[in-house]
Amino acid sequence: MPRVVVIGAGILGLATAYNLAKRGVKDVLVVDRAYLCGGASGRNGGGVRAQFSSETNIRLMRESIEICRDFATEMKINVWFRQGGYLFLTRTAARARDLEENVALQNRCGLPTRMLDPSELHRIVPELSSEGVRAASFNPGDGVVFPWPFIWGYARAAKDLGVTVRPFTEVVGFETRGGRVTGVRLRPTRLSPLDATDEVLPAGDPYTEACDDVVLCAGAWSPKIAALLGLALPNKPHRHEICSTEPLKPWLGPLVADLTDGLYFSQSMRGEIVGGVAVEPVPEGVNQQSSRRFLTTYARALVRAIPTMAGVRVLRQWAGCYDLTPDGSPIVGRVAEPSNLTLACGFMGHGFMMAPVMGRLLAEHVVTGQTSPLFARWGLDRFARGELEHENMIIG
Amino acid sequence: MTAKAMLCRCEDVTLDEVMEALDAGHHDIESVKRYTGFGTGWCQGKQCVLACARLLAQVTGRAPEMPITPRPPLHPVPLGVLASLGGDEEG
Ligand SMILES: Cc1cc2nc3c(=O)[nH]c(=O)nc-3n(C[C@H](O)[C@H](O)[C@H](O)COP(=O)(O)OP(=O)(O)OC[C@H]3O[C@@H](n4cnc5c(N)ncnc54)[C@H](O)[C@@H]3O)c2cc1C
Repeated sequence: MPRVVVIGAGILGLATAYNLAKRGVKDVLVVDRAYLCGGASGRNGGGVRAQFSSETNIRLMRESIEICRDFATEMKINVWFRQGGYLFLTRTAARARDLEENVALQNRCGLPTRMLDPSELHRIVPELSSEGVRAASFNPGDGVVFPWPFIWGYARAAKDLGVTVRPFTEVVGFETRGGRVTGVRLRPTRLSPLDATDEVLPAGDPYTEACDDVVLCAGAWSPKIAALLGLALPNKPHRHEICSTEPLKPWLGPLVADLTDGLYFSQSMRGEIVGGVAVEPVPEGVNQQSSRRFLTTYARALVRAIPTMAGVRVLRQWAGCYDLTPDGSPIVGRVAEPSNLTLACGFMGHGFMMAPVMGRLLAEHVVTGQTSPLFARWGLDRFARGELEHENMIIG
Repeated sequence: MTAKAMLCRCEDVTLDEVMEALDAGHHDIESVKRYTGFGTGWCQGKQCVLACARLLAQVTGRAPEMPITPRPPLHPVPLGVLASLGGDEEG
């Protein structure tokens, strides 16, 4: 009976585990060094969109949105999915050209995305200041979800299919033989001030779980874990901050994203305005601490974009890590050695929305061992081959 | 207390919802927060964190845990005020 150990119980790990079980893999163990929702999957903006610049992303995200639409029924949990669209805008001529090219490509892929003229922009978000806006695009099918129930939904559905989800269990090493991973060294941990130190406290002796396959879904921590196997990954953690306001009556339809300064904001089904902005430079490594600089930068950008937001109060801010790759595309699929290791990391700032479709594809890849064109294109060895797949619709 | 007692009034989290989270095996306060949503509303936990921590201690028989990670700002601040502040340094 093959046994798959999935490292990381974020959205990618849980979606993969659920789909493995659905495909009949009976023995799946998912471990996470802390509580569920402790990584990026519990800290993100819940944005779900198909407006991308690469055909691969556009086609995958169309499918993911389909899955999101049925998720509540399939998982029996309310994920607060709301399709209010994504409204991208830019204040530079260069980005305006990008946006037009991207919209044309999205249309060829069957998306109804369109460029907006100023009057349409005003109609969709009357409160938005159009000062300096050079171009805007809109896809009505994009939307937002509330990430937490999404995680719990996958976790519960996976458990119902026999998957073991073991939080507070840290991967500290591997046992290998003949170019394969034969065991994963695990150590129990306990609740620790994660955000302040990025360290977990040990709560017991290390032990080994034997495995036939390993899937590495540890997001921003993946390079550190791969290094335990002598494998060098090119992705890097990059702190990204976000905040939420007091709840307001529903007034904002789409998620608005400004490609010029990285400002984005949307209204959740709970009424809060959730958003962030690009802030550089950020501290090295995994860092999940909030800064005042973020809050003041965000406030300036948001009040400029929507002047009436000046009176609205911020309730809470927090931080997580993007998992950045050199070309903006993820790193997925089996590696040459260890031959039973599958990577699923490097999902930038849009891995939450990718997980529903990637979980299916990863499970298929692990079970059949077959490499579809996607896994060839997004595999680790593309960096050695120099065949990068650039994505330019990155927020923040 | 009855099962329908409100533990977190901002986010409408009842006692039985927190008990359900504990029954589902979530025995630390950060998991219970993320499972039920308690403490994430207008008052940011002023009303409910203590009650949940106590319940958790009773059910698990362990000493109460550290409070949930506090999220700045300390109290709600208008965006217009934040926009007028300096604060370009890290921290
Ligand atoms: C502020 C912010 C906003 C974002 N907004 C969006 C958005 O709107 N839409 C979108 O789609 N995406 C968004 N993202 C990106 C998205 O959150 C991530 O791409 C996605 O959650 C990645 O999921 P994951 O499962 O790969 O990683 P994670 O959720 O980070 O999971 C990795 C897990 O690995 C665990 N781990 C680490 N080390 C070990 C170890 N040694 N042993 C065991 N376990 C370990 C961690 O505890 C963690 O739970 C945003 C991210 C941030 C930070």
